[in-house]
Amino acid sequence: MIPELIYVVSLVVLIQFFVYYCRSVLASSRKVELSARVREAAGVGNSVAADDFQRFLELVRLCPENSADRAGIRAVGAYYSLLHVLARLSRATVPSVAAWAERERQGCSHFAAVALDRRISFSRDLFVQQASSRP
Amino acid sequence: MLGPVDYALWIAGFVFEAAAVLSIFYRKAFARYYSICLYMACTFFVQGAQYICFLKFGFRSPQYFHLYYYSDSLLTILLFFVVMHLYLLVFAGMDTDRHIRAGAVLLLFLTAALSYLVVRQHRTHLTEHFVVELGQGLYFVGTVLTYILWGAMIKLRERPARLVQMVLALGIYYSATAGVYALRDLFPAWRAAMIWVPPAANVWLSLAWTLAFLRTREEASVMVPTLAAKAR
Repeated sequence: MIPELIYVVSLVVLIQFFVYYCRSVLASSRKVELSARVREAAGVGNSVAADDFQRFLELVRLCPENSADRAGIRAVGAYYSLLHVLARLSRATVPSVAAWAERERQGCSHFAAVALDRRISFSRDLFVQQASSRP
Repeated sequence: MLGPVDYALWIAGFVFEAAAVLSIFYRKAFARYYSICLYMACTFFVQGAQYICFLKFGFRSPQYFHLYYYSDSLLTILLFFVVMHLYLLVFAGMDTDRHIRAGAVLLLFLTAALSYLVVRQHRTHLTEHFVVELGQGLYFVGTVLTYILWGAMIKLRERPARLVQMVLALGIYYSATAGVYALRDLFPAWRAAMIWVPPAANVWLSLAWTLAFLRTREEASVMVPTLAAKAR
């Protein structure tokens, strides 16, 4: 009985901690304004939509890797997938949960857009460094 | 026999534990987070000792088995002191929460002392079932303590963003490991399929703490219930 209880409680707590951790990672990018070059590159307006996440992620993957943001992108990617399933399941039964999941997915898309912005800046810096080091 | 995944987790553990210690010094945060630095340094040296033991005696040897589970239990107790320190950091400067602090400290000391005595008593016949049960209990106490700490942080509202990320990362580590130990207790035949989870959780913890030190400024704070960055 005790291992069953420990397993169930640990699983519930793990999901809660994971959701909070991803939200804390998203919080760091929430206030960041998107630059014009990112909006132009992704073809989005002033705000990003929940479904834009994959598009931003594909663009992020096209840029040279920056190890500093890799772990955050992976964690948010897993969180986005979890939210996607939750939004689908709750759409018909609990609309308030579906609406919350949609807002969170939008936050994930914004995070991916900010990551793209950083990677574009990183790529430009690399290019400038290489250009300046040429004889 | 160890596979490429086991070696990869071992190397990643080594690298990120060293990175966590170095990032604490790089951010000049040793005075505030000395317990985390000490824990990460101990994990690094324990992994080194385990590797030497593995090379000398082999993965299936009783020497490696004893060293692995004995050091794992002691590291878990050491991690309790990190939790205690995190409690002190969260409740820093609050006179009204003296009782909560005293209770947490007492609980941690009792659990640590009891676990140490139990392990000491069983050190000559450290069976696999016993160590799995002990690990399950210790990690579950850690999960509960971290959950209580997180609940208190939600009540306190505004907390440093770095502390928030560290507590959440620790909660993920504890709950994942406690869950896997419970599964191993329930289904001993699945041992081989779950053996990589504790090292992976260890890699996660050291990586998440390294990132918390490198990417989050000490002075940045968040509103914990909503996890929104506080405007400055």
